[in-house]
Amino acid sequence: MPIRKVMKANEAAAWAAKLAKPKVIAAFPITPSTLVPEKISEFVADGELDAEFIKVESEHSAISACVGASAAGVRTFTATASQGLALMHEILFIAAGMRLPIVIAVGNRALSAPINIWNDWQDTISERDTGWLQFYAENNQEALDLILIAYKVAENEKVLLPAMVGFDAFILTHTVEPVEIPDQELVDEFLGEYEPKHAYLDPARPVTQGTLAFPAHYMEARYTVWEANENAKKVIDEAFAEFEKKFGRKYQKIEEYRTEDAEIIFVTMGSLAGTVKEYVDHLREQGIKVGVAKMTVYRPFPVEEVRALAKKAKVLALLEKNVTFSVGGALFQDFSRALINESEKPKIVDFILGLGGRDVTFKDLDEALAIAQKALNGEAVDEVNWIGLRKEIL
Amino acid sequence: MAESPFKADIERVQKEYSEKMTPGAIATIPGSSVINKTGSWRVFMPEFNRDKCVRCYLCYVYCPEPAIYLDEENYPVFDYDYCKGCGVCANECPTDAIIMVRETK
Repeated sequence: MPIRKVMKANEAAAWAAKLAKPKVIAAFPITPSTLVPEKISEFVADGELDAEFIKVESEHSAISACVGASAAGVRTFTATASQGLALMHEILFIAAGMRLPIVIAVGNRALSAPINIWNDWQDTISERDTGWLQFYAENNQEALDLILIAYKVAENEKVLLPAMVGFDAFILTHTVEPVEIPDQELVDEFLGEYEPKHAYLDPARPVTQGTLAFPAHYMEARYTVWEANENAKKVIDEAFAEFEKKFGRKYQKIEEYRTEDAEIIFVTMGSLAGTVKEYVDHLREQGIKVGVAKMTVYRPFPVEEVRALAKKAKVLALLEKNVTFSVGGALFQDFSRALINESEKPKIVDFILGLGGRDVTFKDLDEALAIAQKALNGEAVDEVNWIGLRKEIL
Repeated sequence: MAESPFKADIERVQKEYSEKMTPGAIATIPGSSVINKTGSWRVFMPEFNRDKCVRCYLCYVYCPEPAIYLDEENYPVFDYDYCKGCGVCANECPTDAIIMVRETK
């Protein structure tokens, strides 16, 4: 029987790691995800998880140790956030290029300067071009589930890419909720033992990993990472379906909420989706036709699903906790790309809000809705809007 | 001049790697170092004086590449496809049979 326990998302991530049975965990403590390696080290020390826990001196070393362990052929795990993820940056490319299915739990946090430990998505968004798969959790249960799913997808032979699962700093990492811990046997059935066919150490089969590629081979090697990302789209759907069958919780790349007959659809990710769902319920009571689309999977970018979503609404209002300079938010760029050649497309209005842990309240969402409604009525609006900006102190 | 002992390897490895990209660009057979010629960025090259050579093999032992092999009479032969011009051989040579000269076209 699955157990229900009240826990923080950090603990949920540690539990997911325990259930996935990685052989090597290397991690460095960083706010807000410190509790993840702490909890895992407890599991290892208590003999509940048979794994090597490597205490490293930085995130650069943590991910490097994971790359080494994964290249030797075992399942690996680590957790980080913000500057820690940024410190991993160069190795993230190496992990993806070497096609090592490492999984990272990321407590999504703002980047310096100024130093800020609270939530936005700038850390993971900044790593969107590394080749890693990216999942975003709305609540603590999703943090646990998506880590298991991430392993399933990452280790698929058609994918073989590392994956990161983001959950919002403090909003999830330090907030308790009831979380269902699935049965170990079921997880074992779902994930199986990791049996690498490409990357493993065997004296009888000497290979060179992390090779040098001259111009004659580099482009092809990069293309295989592109191809693996494309393959992942189908594999993710299959993994979601199998997860639902085994554990009864349904996931979709883009989860829609009250989008039927919606004129304005708010698009968002992570814990903000929960707030916006409440907000949409509140608006529906007033007869305003709005819906929410939550991006559970951000990389690979679900182009087909975005196109299908775009057919349902007249205005897509993107609510983003990240900035891509001169563009708006990263989602705005991705949505524009997905829709640019479509014959009929909705208006896309971008909203940047909640940076560095600023609360996103109904008042902020009202501000966004007012602009989206203007766009709906054909009035001119800015493509990019900063919501809740304290202009008086600028 | 004796033929490079790597010739067969070069052909075998070149054939193997022209066929298929492996996941993660893993080199699954040994020998890829042979097809990547590393002598192209050399500035100084070793010049060998056979008359001074006493066949002590120090150059052969010390060459870090290794870009020196021995001919039938056990005199060193320099493989300029792989010699990076580091000068270790010239430095180790007890009889000054090897000197480093600036490479010009």
